[in-house]
Amino acid sequence: MFYREAGQFKASYQADNAIFPLRQDRIGIAVIVAIAFIVVPLVASPYIFTGILIPFLILTLAAIGLNILTGYAGQLSLGTAAFMAVGAFASYNLVLRVPGIPFLVAFAGGGVVAALVGMLFGLPSLRIRGFYLAVATLAAQFFIVWFLTKVGWVSNYTASGVITAQQIVIFGYAFTTPTAKYLLVLSIVTVMALAAKNMARGNVGRSWMAVRDMDVAAEVIGIRLMRTKLLAFAISSFYCGVAGALFAFAYLGTVEPEAFSLDLSFRVLFMIIIGGVGTVLGSFLGSAFVTLLPVVLSVSVRFLDHSLNLRIAESTISNLELMVFGGLIIFFLIVEPHGLARLWQIGKEKLRLWPFPH
Amino acid sequence: MQFFFEVLIGGLLSGVMYSLVALGFVLIYKASGVFNFAQGAMVFFAALTYVGLLELGLSPWLALPGALLAMVVLGLVTERVVLRPLVNQPQITLFMATIGLTFFIEGLAQMMWGANVRGLDLGLQDEPIQWLTDNAGINVSKFDIAASGGAAILVTLLALFFSRTRIGRALRAVADDHQAALAVGIPLQQIWAIVWGVAGAVALVAGLLWGARNGVQFALTFVALKALPVLILGGFDSIPGAIVGGLIIGASEKLAEVYLGPYVGGGIEGWFPYVLALAFLLVRPEGLFGEKIIRRI
Repeated sequence: MFYREAGQFKASYQADNAIFPLRQDRIGIAVIVAIAFIVVPLVASPYIFTGILIPFLILTLAAIGLNILTGYAGQLSLGTAAFMAVGAFASYNLVLRVPGIPFLVAFAGGGVVAALVGMLFGLPSLRIRGFYLAVATLAAQFFIVWFLTKVGWVSNYTASGVITAQQIVIFGYAFTTPTAKYLLVLSIVTVMALAAKNMARGNVGRSWMAVRDMDVAAEVIGIRLMRTKLLAFAISSFYCGVAGALFAFAYLGTVEPEAFSLDLSFRVLFMIIIGGVGTVLGSFLGSAFVTLLPVVLSVSVRFLDHSLNLRIAESTISNLELMVFGGLIIFFLIVEPHGLARLWQIGKEKLRLWPFPH
Repeated sequence: MQFFFEVLIGGLLSGVMYSLVALGFVLIYKASGVFNFAQGAMVFFAALTYVGLLELGLSPWLALPGALLAMVVLGLVTERVVLRPLVNQPQITLFMATIGLTFFIEGLAQMMWGANVRGLDLGLQDEPIQWLTDNAGINVSKFDIAASGGAAILVTLLALFFSRTRIGRALRAVADDHQAALAVGIPLQQIWAIVWGVAGAVALVAGLLWGARNGVQFALTFVALKALPVLILGGFDSIPGAIVGGLIIGASEKLAEVYLGPYVGGGIEGWFPYVLALAFLLVRPEGLFGEKIIRRI
């Protein structure tokens, strides 16, 4: 009853192609954005900002990036973290070496450098497919992290390899408190998520999906494979690069290659699989799931341990968390292989009639 | 020149160890199209179980069948609980499920047997063969020779199993075409169960050799990452490919580290195999021995 499109007539192609064609969606998104910008900063504690919300938003951005490449364009990649690392280091160097560069420009510049590197490592995709490509992107992962560790210039010859990220200052305002950082990250993520949604509905997104569904057929109907695939790599890496820059500057506070290990690549991949491949919404849901699950697990196991007085050893707890994490991933894949976004889809169908039977 | 040969032989022998891990991947990929990322975790689990059983006071001759049994059971349970419900899902979903499985197995292994680094003594000495040192001036470890001998026996057994037995033929039929195999009455699920069991056994052999070499520790799970370039170089679905790929990767990795490494600051072992495999892929997109994929609309 509450979610019906009855009576919403579209009189133009423009209205039909809108990012959110339904009025309910537009209202819903507006409400969520308003809550995120106004209500959350008023109620959340600093721990929730730094421990949950900021990493959640940043990893969402990386997940959107990977989703563009894997979900929309169908090119499986395991090198997400490496592209994030490129973005982080490029932003760091831009801020360090270009005097007076605005931070937002530095972040975007980090994204652009990541996009160029992404295109370079995307070149093999023109010839190899599927898991062969996935393993080939591992080459990017290992090579880039090695490069950033070994070449002193990119880390400004810091002996330990761990660099303190510069303080973010935009228009003379220093983003030091968790709330300020949260709002900055939230603004960037909101804009870029909308841009991704916009891209997906347009010409670019459709040619990506055509390539994903069958590249030979896409080529036959006149889509230029090379351009489309490389564009997917470039834009995906741009998103990952910006996410990496934010990860270093707004979350970690340090720039170090070790933070961008293969583990992070897998985590981002989990996000899009669990959230839903080929949906922007799925990136948010998956990121929330993967970010929250360890926190919830560790809190609940500790609570059980404490209340039942089991005195489980610390190592057992961490192993138990590992097992439950793995088990839950398998469980979710079995229950809903299309991801959490699909659940929302089904929910929407149900909401059209609810609470009436017909 | 002697040094060159020494590095080359050392590399080839360590390549055999990579092949062993890659074999487990190939078996499962061939029969079920699943890219089993959990193979590394299975290697870890196998080695840890064997050592754990030894620590419980079992003799090696009892611990070995015990560990084998554990691996086969693990493989069977995996097939039943994880893969059967996911039949007909896209490959990437299955791949993610095996990553989930990796976490699960790692947690399980450490919970059962603890996370300490342990030594594993198979009764093989890691010392150079005297005869070769005297006559050719090359140091070749006895352990490496024994390991590659073990690998050779395993590969021969697998090859015989695939070509001479009824089950082996059924396996190849399933690998060729699932539906056709079903149509001629091959029980698909039984075959998958067998493959997972065999992959578990291969993981045990790899785990014992790697464990004896590097100690039984969490780092064993990373041998999977060593096996991946071997796989793409040789082709995901080819047993000879896994062997040849392993030899190429092993030899070139060691040679590169010795001759190229000093110029770029060392530590290139981590990525060099991948870049090498990538270069091969650009020429042959299905790997050296992989089945050629013909794409039609």
